[in-house]
Amino acid sequence: MNKLSHIYRLGIKELISLRYDSVLLLFMLYAFSAAIYMPASGSSVGVHNASVAIVDEDDSRLSRQLAEVLRPPEFKTPVMLPYAQIDEVMDSGRYTFVINVPVGFQADLLAGKQPELQVNVDATAMSQAFMGAGYMGRIFQRELQQLSGVEIEQPIKLTTRALFNSNMQSGWFLAIIQIINNVTILAILLTGTALLREREHGTLEHLLVLPLTAFEIMLAKIWTSLLVVVLCTWLSLELIVKKALGVPLVGSMGLYLLVTGLYLFASTSLAVFLTTLARSIPQFGLLAIPVVMPMILLSGGVTPLDSMPVWLQWVMQLSPTTHFVSLSTAILFRDAGLALVWPEMLALIAIGVVFFLIALLRFRRSLTA
Amino acid sequence: MDTQVINGAHISHRYGKQRALEDVSFSLPEGSRCGLIGPDGAGKSSLLGLIAGVKILQKGELEVLAGPINKRRHRATLYQRIAFMPQGLGHNLYPDLSIVENIRFFATLFGLSREEREVRMTSLLAATDLTDFADRPAGKLSGGMKQKLGLCCALIHDPDLLILDEPTTGVDPLSRRHFWDLIERVRSDRPQLTLLVATAYMEEAAQFEHCLMMDRGRLIASGATQELATVTPSGKLDDAFTHYQGDGASAVEPLQISPFSPDKHDIAIKATDLTLRFGDFTAVNKVSFEIERGEIFGFLGSNGCGKTTTMKVLTGLLPATEGEAWLLGKSVDADDLATRKRVGFMSQSFSLYGELTVLQNLELHAHLFDLPKEVGAERAQRLIQRFELDEYKHEQAGALPLGLRQRLSLAVAVIHEPEVLILDEPTSGVDPAARDDFWRLLFELSREQGVTIFLSTHFMNEAERCDRISLMHAAKVLAVGTPAELQQQFAGATLEDAFVTCLQEAQGLSDQQQELASTATAALTSIPRRGFSLKRTRALAVRESKELLRDRVRLGFALLGAVFMMIILGFGISLDVEDLAFATLDQDNTAQSRAYLEAYRGSRYFAEREPLKDMQDLHARLQRADIKLAIEIPAGFGRDLYAGRHPEVGVWLDGGMPFRAETSRGYVQAVHQESLQRLRDEGSAAVPALAQPVRLETRFRYNQDVSSVNAIGPGVMALILVFIPAMLTALGVVREKELGSITNFYATPLTRLEFLLGKQIPYVVVSLLNLALLVAINRWLFDVPLKGSGVALAVGGVLYVLATTSFGLLVSTVTKTQIAAILGTMILTTLPTIQFSGLITPRSSLDGGSAWMGVLFPAGYFLDIAVGTFTKALNLRDLWLQCLALLGFFLAFTGLSLLLLKKQEV
Repeated sequence: MNKLSHIYRLGIKELISLRYDSVLLLFMLYAFSAAIYMPASGSSVGVHNASVAIVDEDDSRLSRQLAEVLRPPEFKTPVMLPYAQIDEVMDSGRYTFVINVPVGFQADLLAGKQPELQVNVDATAMSQAFMGAGYMGRIFQRELQQLSGVEIEQPIKLTTRALFNSNMQSGWFLAIIQIINNVTILAILLTGTALLREREHGTLEHLLVLPLTAFEIMLAKIWTSLLVVVLCTWLSLELIVKKALGVPLVGSMGLYLLVTGLYLFASTSLAVFLTTLARSIPQFGLLAIPVVMPMILLSGGVTPLDSMPVWLQWVMQLSPTTHFVSLSTAILFRDAGLALVWPEMLALIAIGVVFFLIALLRFRRSLTA
Repeated sequence: MDTQVINGAHISHRYGKQRALEDVSFSLPEGSRCGLIGPDGAGKSSLLGLIAGVKILQKGELEVLAGPINKRRHRATLYQRIAFMPQGLGHNLYPDLSIVENIRFFATLFGLSREEREVRMTSLLAATDLTDFADRPAGKLSGGMKQKLGLCCALIHDPDLLILDEPTTGVDPLSRRHFWDLIERVRSDRPQLTLLVATAYMEEAAQFEHCLMMDRGRLIASGATQELATVTPSGKLDDAFTHYQGDGASAVEPLQISPFSPDKHDIAIKATDLTLRFGDFTAVNKVSFEIERGEIFGFLGSNGCGKTTTMKVLTGLLPATEGEAWLLGKSVDADDLATRKRVGFMSQSFSLYGELTVLQNLELHAHLFDLPKEVGAERAQRLIQRFELDEYKHEQAGALPLGLRQRLSLAVAVIHEPEVLILDEPTSGVDPAARDDFWRLLFELSREQGVTIFLSTHFMNEAERCDRISLMHAAKVLAVGTPAELQQQFAGATLEDAFVTCLQEAQGLSDQQQELASTATAALTSIPRRGFSLKRTRALAVRESKELLRDRVRLGFALLGAVFMMIILGFGISLDVEDLAFATLDQDNTAQSRAYLEAYRGSRYFAEREPLKDMQDLHARLQRADIKLAIEIPAGFGRDLYAGRHPEVGVWLDGGMPFRAETSRGYVQAVHQESLQRLRDEGSAAVPALAQPVRLETRFRYNQDVSSVNAIGPGVMALILVFIPAMLTALGVVREKELGSITNFYATPLTRLEFLLGKQIPYVVVSLLNLALLVAINRWLFDVPLKGSGVALAVGGVLYVLATTSFGLLVSTVTKTQIAAILGTMILTTLPTIQFSGLITPRSSLDGGSAWMGVLFPAGYFLDIAVGTFTKALNLRDLWLQCLALLGFFLAFTGLSLLLLKKQEV
């Protein structure tokens, strides 16, 4: 009982201190508003806004119509280019796709001679090259069939439908991923530097000579950052994601906030563990980068987990972020309930407990070494 | 010839709302020696900072060495003529550098030639007795040695005005004597030198012919020390100070000490052969003592002699390497919470919570010691009364003056009515009147409540008040006894004399040896040029690299972190989608439907899972993310196909992850076409020959097999080379601000550009090493061919690293704390680098704010260069624009830092 009330009172102290840290509050405001809104409304994944140029050597009605069939949002309005500039614009990365319409294109097409249409793709634009080329090809074939009046109906029709986000709007996903990334940075860097600063200023030592255990001190730090960040996440989801960005979140908000809490437990425990490895703030800063960046980039939020080598997929199972990303999409977009997601929640708890215990073992020792 | 060196009129200074100086006017003649006295917070340091040109003059006029201090031109000439030693033991020294390296660094900043430097250094080292320790790092010196080193660094450039801010606080009496002997020597060697010294010791101030007395930001008296002292009958400076202070506070009765009479032999604290070693450094060496219940036991010794460490062992904060300690009859055990409740501890630094009010701090501690609510509230109230904190009880503890904070710390330490109090330098930095008050409290606790008090101090008059004291030096206890016994043992007229004798014996010195070598040297001949100096830049760069090389962990993290990230991200970031889990809902289950699905089953993009039962199952399994897509074939598919009724195949994707859904859809459409083709080729009836209007010739340029690593590998370099270099430099300036060595930038001829470039160079070198490692990993581990010009990659790399390190410095210049610097760097670099640099989404596809963020951050330009040289076979002719942009970023960031970096503090 005493322990619980110690943890509670120490936490209240943390909250009071937080109220006076204006730089930090400003940062949190940015991290949960502008830093969510901007990327979610401005950028996208997949074939979107792809830049196209057309070198029209035929200059016919049909060749000019080619430019009109590539439309937003997948493609930007194509730009006409002289032939000589193909290499230059592709080298500079100004256009991802450059289409070359040969002389006699219209005549050959109407004569059914299957003219050649050359599509140059900048294959270094990984997210668009392959998909965009296929997509563009199908559009051309379909539209040209109509234009040339040789329309044939496909023997088998294919309809694709996306569940949970029927228009596959990438902003929805990006908004959630941005929240996850910022929660990760906040949980690890903030907890870590704040703890090391207390160590440098001697206040941590002061706590350790009181009748308090490292367990109580660590838990007090964790529950407060948990409370604050869960609150920020909730506000950000309601105000920025739902209201400002208009993303319909179908899942249970309560369950999601619970999962966010579990994630914070795991990631702040990881942060406390990292501080026991670093001797100073500069060391911690450099140690945190190779931990945080892979967590952000390889957790399935930026690129799909399935496309990684299998060994790496297993390694990433040790990162709490991987489970959090998968839980986030499951709960928020696919409306998965507790019955479906409990194994991943258990994984988060397990990771958190392991880091917490290691940190606990090293906590006192790291102060004295 | 009585020219004035310092002439100040109506100087006022404030920090925010707080007033530090209020209408101060005074002057000081050339060659004079002046003591500056006053309690803590009186404004001494602010005044010295202004005179040294370290702080910006806010109000009033101040002429130093025949020129106004607020004129930049004049200040630039002053750096060469003033030496300033800030408060705090060795705060402006570099702990990782040796004595010689520290002195050389300062010598170069002041433009000494190599020969001059070595000559002067040798004579200064000899005069300060530091020659034998020349290679010891400054961080491992004792307090006295640090101050002597500080003096060497200050005197190396032969200044006309020497400003010392409390140079002997925290230094043992022997070292203190040595220090003043040395100053005396310097004075006689250079009669033209003007000396201005702030001190907390009245007896030190008494030896100077001039005296300035300050209290609460005002100059309360100034003039010849002799004259000032005679204002009271005692002729003592202390009494004179109290007299000038005015407000009747002098009516305090002298401190009464009742002798300690132990009732019975009851040991509260005991240590036997306590030893503590950190690596090969012995902090505490076989220390033994016994303290009786109710006794006040004093620990005397200089900073760094092991007092604090011994106390930390007693509180269980540090485990002893050898020996044992007992507290209240129990062996010290870090996990023994019950004993901790019976002990109160007050550490050297202020360790309460500054954001909490006085009352909140007391209540929090009452609670943590498990006092019942009413008892806690009652005690907090009583202590507030007893410690006279009533009028401050709702103020934040951090905003209180030092004396009040120390009182609060003691109140917090006794709130649980402990039986033992361990106080580490509880009165350091507190003015004499407040110290007496503090001791009154201690006696009350000891004599009336029987509390055992174990404290450390370096004030002799406090030591005299202890029941017993122990003299400590260089990790060893030299002597233990009552003050009178010790005085007798070492035949000293005062306790201080006794201590000095004791220390001399311990160090094998005798008084005869105290003949000091001369500090006199030939006048400086090398006059440094004004403006940018390559030599100073180099000196700074060399110092910074030495510090980096000695912090192996930091260097290791910087290099290995980059390699680790390159490998894991190179393997990990891939947009190739393979083995997508799918399942079928084949409601037809005929030869035709199976033939159609065959194309999916055979494709490397898809991996089939258990078939679906019905639409509900389809939804559930997509929801569980068990499968990423489902293919639904309607009943009658085969029949309809034969009949030419164009049956419709449904594909269901998980839109929750749009990128993967988008990719899957692309693959599905491709495989669908393939399947149709196959059905036709196999001559299946009803699938008519499909006339494609055009032959599409798709050329994947630069990366024929569309393999992710060829594009991602070089791209990841852009990512790593922003995070690590920026993080390396981000703490460069702000850490010096937090630790105090920034004063050297304020007080020496170092210019802002020299400071920034000097800090940047070593990290640019480390980052280039990183670049080389990353290129090697790409080339040989990931087998990415380097098709283009290596020169372009190198030029781009150098410019990029220059830009990113200067970005870190910019963040460091703007922020005030290390936390803000680290978080700021991370937040400001992550978003534009990951989302808007073109690593995942090409920059040409961004618009609006995102596009601008991409344009206004260097990562995208280097990404072009890295990807361009690796995969597009480009050379400098194609990439000069990007290189130019990076150069622009470097210049812009550095320019902004120059604008925002102040050569003086507020």
